[in-house]
Amino acid sequence: MRSEIKKVEEKFLRKDIPDFSPGDTVAVHFIIREGERERVQIFQGIVMRRKGGGVRETFTVRKISFGIGVERTFPLHSPLIKKIEVLKKGKARRANLTYLREKANR
Amino acid sequence: MKAILGKKLGMTQIIDEEQVIPVTVLKAGPCVVVRKKEKDKDGYNALQLGFEQIQEKKLSKPVLGYFKKQAVKPTRFLREIRVEDDEVFASYKIGDEIKAGIFKKGDVVDVTGVSKGKGFAGVMKRYGFKGGPASHGSGQWHRRPGSIGASSDPSRVFKGKKMPGRMGGEKVTVRNLEVVDIDEKENLLLIKGCCPGKNGDLVIVRERKR
Repeated sequence: MRSEIKKVEEKFLRKDIPDFSPGDTVAVHFIIREGERERVQIFQGIVMRRKGGGVRETFTVRKISFGIGVERTFPLHSPLIKKIEVLKKGKARRANLTYLREKANR
Repeated sequence: MKAILGKKLGMTQIIDEEQVIPVTVLKAGPCVVVRKKEKDKDGYNALQLGFEQIQEKKLSKPVLGYFKKQAVKPTRFLREIRVEDDEVFASYKIGDEIKAGIFKKGDVVDVTGVSKGKGFAGVMKRYGFKGGPASHGSGQWHRRPGSIGASSDPSRVFKGKKMPGRMGGEKVTVRNLEVVDIDEKENLLLIKGCCPGKNGDLVIVRERKR
């Protein structure tokens, strides 16, 4: 039964997504629409977690912006993601790096 | 009349022009016309549809005999669909197959099914009562229904008073749902939003009733 749902989802899965996991440093090139205009914003930070499966998979990136921690969650298969660059492979001993929040800003 | 029997497979999301749409995946058909009920004989026009083929040994002899008499392959489910239009009714014969292809992208449909059973439910869940405050010295008064009526006049509780009891497990029709996509080969219907019932339950998809 699940196989049929998988088939439905398959069409929407992106195949150009690099392999990355929590702890990695990535730069997400995200397309932003402002009326007619279109521009690309780059959000760079550490991957905190990947959540869900299939088309519903999301990932959260955390960065320190002007001394304040900012987290942003993206749908992994969103067509609005132009590309994901993996800048640095990290070593994470757990799947959800929520402890980064409590850590002093580095 | 456009109607088909189907099975709820589950929910997922699809991406349509950068928008995420929640959809329910239904396996709709193939259905077979098992019997025609006619106005002259039965008082109304209806098609009896069968859905999901089944092994003969799983049916009792009387039911199997019925399928044999109609000369169609035995199916697990049988449901009747009323057809008002005489011409449309005449265009169907016993043994005809109805597939998901009768619907197309963008159609608006009503989906009927049996809702998930919720068991013995209180008044907050069942009827959306407010209950009491969660704190501020509320005592044990959190999810109660409150007063159920006046005192010596009428000195009884009115019929139909909303009280706790069994919830769910009843026939529910959700109207005006959009068919987002369709897979004719696999007989899949993608319907925007949710449909009644558990995954694997029987649903009836009908053309929107105005």
